Amino acid sequence: MARGYKYFEAIEKHAGKLGIFTAIMVSLGGLAEITPLFVEAHSITASDGTKPYDALRLAGKDIYVREGCYTCHTQMIRSLRAETQRYGAYSIASESVYDRPHQWGSKRTGPDLARVGGKYSDEWQRLHLTDPRAVVAASNMPAYPWLAETKVDSDDIVARMRTLRRLGDPYTDADIAGAPAALEGKTEMDALVAYLQGLGVHAAPAEGTP
Amino acid sequence: MPNTETYNDRIVRLFLLAAAVWGVIGMSVGVFVAAQLAWPALNFDTPWLTFSRLRPDHTFGVIFAFGGSALMGTCYYVVQRTGHTRLALPGLATFTFWGWQLICVLAMATMPLGITQSKEYAEPEWLIDLLIAAVWVSFGTVFFATLARRRIKHIYVANWYYGAFIIAVALLHIVNNIVLPVSLTKSYPVYSGTVDAMVQWWYGHNAVAFFLTAGFLGMMYYFVPRQAQQPLWSYRFSIVNFWALISVYMWAGSHHLLYTALPDWVQSVGMAFSILLLMPSWGSAANGLLTFNGAWKRVATDPAAKFMVLALVFYAASTTEGSTMAVKTVNSLSHYTDWTVAHVHSGAIGWVAMITIGSLYAMAPRALGRPAMHSKRSMELHFWMHTAGLILYVASMWTAGVTEGLMWRATDLNGALIYPFIDSLIAIRPFYLIRFLGGVLIVGGMVVMAWNLWHTAADARARLIKPIPVPIPEPEPHQVPAPVPARA
Repeated sequence: MARGYKYFEAIEKHAGKLGIFTAIMVSLGGLAEITPLFVEAHSITASDGTKPYDALRLAGKDIYVREGCYTCHTQMIRSLRAETQRYGAYSIASESVYDRPHQWGSKRTGPDLARVGGKYSDEWQRLHLTDPRAVVAASNMPAYPWLAETKVDSDDIVARMRTLRRLGDPYTDADIAGAPAALEGKTEMDALVAYLQGLGVHAAPAEGTP
Repeated sequence: MPNTETYNDRIVRLFLLAAAVWGVIGMSVGVFVAAQLAWPALNFDTPWLTFSRLRPDHTFGVIFAFGGSALMGTCYYVVQRTGHTRLALPGLATFTFWGWQLICVLAMATMPLGITQSKEYAEPEWLIDLLIAAVWVSFGTVFFATLARRRIKHIYVANWYYGAFIIAVALLHIVNNIVLPVSLTKSYPVYSGTVDAMVQWWYGHNAVAFFLTAGFLGMMYYFVPRQAQQPLWSYRFSIVNFWALISVYMWAGSHHLLYTALPDWVQSVGMAFSILLLMPSWGSAANGLLTFNGAWKRVATDPAAKFMVLALVFYAASTTEGSTMAVKTVNSLSHYTDWTVAHVHSGAIGWVAMITIGSLYAMAPRALGRPAMHSKRSMELHFWMHTAGLILYVASMWTAGVTEGLMWRATDLNGALIYPFIDSLIAIRPFYLIRFLGGVLIVGGMVVMAWNLWHTAADARARLIKPIPVPIPEPEPHQVPAPVPARA
């Protein structure tokens, strides 16, 4: 055995040391990459147009999360020419500050949705969610007809807004108090369409030179 | 002193059974969701049968239910054999089995009902996450307590990988799932936007690194030398690879977020470390393959060894592919396409499933008190069904992915995009069909394995198994901690 092996031997024959060294080695990467972002996160402020989701759009966002739309749709326009040509201006960090969890996604079985807001009419969205192949014949998207049959539970949304406020999202008392009225009679379909129609309509990267 | 200490193989048999059952279930869900992409009518307009709700059932089912059960079962088998000692804390070990099965059932039942965090590969809601943490800490306690009472002073390298797998997965799981609950079925992560994306892919990538790589390398380092019936090609090389693998992998997660709103420096660091990862990946694969040197004729006659060799080849291939895809220019084409899906499955079906199946075929007769598996011909059949399915799957999805990537970026002479998005979906439809057929072959192979295991377990079912005595070596002087004496 080479000289110096005894130092390795100390680890190789001692379960506790092995465990501790392993824990240190696996922690370094995350500490180096996540800590600066976490510190920086406080300085990423929402750009002018980005406000916390109002009650209806919040309900819609949570339906998007519940149904698992991220399995086929991204909300992240990469800074590549072909992407900005197809989907609009590239996505910036401040646009997703109110997304818990983020919906950047990892797979495009369907197109990116980061700036889908206003691209189609409400009626098109409704029809497409109820029966995708009625509007896009070759689509393989599942239909979500049950959304139109389910009412949004306003108590639940109020509880969600309070929880989000505790996490730091700037909801005012008036925002929360107004939620039940804003959700009166709304279906999950209304909420999801409102959410989709708001995607990417306010914020865009700043233009020009410093 | 008479030796009455025996190996605790009951817990190993339970996990073996669970792995076989979850393997069939998880992969069947995979075949079903693959069929839904080819024939959307199979969503039946029913919430809990919809692709977007079922897809996490497939990933959870194969990674955590099938892979997790196989990892915990082989881990308990290996730590006892390499330490010449009986498993510590038998009650807690039994708890890890039932706890893990409960978690798998709860997760697989709640996700299709829409109770989900929608964080990829970490979908189960907070209550299930708490259970996972409790079972995982118990698993680690049993493992390290068994290591502490080992009678062989040197800790065999397979245990290093199992240990790193346990420690890192605990860290990843807990950090990624810090949430504030709204109700029993809904919670919000404390992270949002960019930070959440980075934490999520630090978790997602390292779930691949430690759950699907380090854990299965532990399996490989024990069962490959066992099946080749000769020592590891280079023991020291395996240790070097260990430290390189566990320290480098954790930096590479940001390669899932290239060209996004993540700060540029994090993307570049992730890409650089991804390329460094080639070294420990190739190192481990080479070490395993070279262990068969001089025993290659065994591979011709032993289906378990066939599975192991092809697993190592696919490990080398898919890690090479992964590092390549982490290069920004390649990623600009491959990301968001089915190429990613091809890559994941060449790793999952090629490396993870094949090393697991090979190891299960090697371990099952020993744990079930039989000289060999019930049917060797059906093992051969399983090998060829699995391999054919794997090649159909990977080749079709790779082609589909490159097709999508090229169509999405294609521009004419005036610089305008040529294809509307839907054209790329129409172009890859035939490949979705081929992928489905590949999946059917793979599930078919798993059913053959389950049938074979059922017959091999005849003695176990009749409770005729005699526990295997622990060979107790002479204690080394001054061993710390002192090995436990055999119980009288």
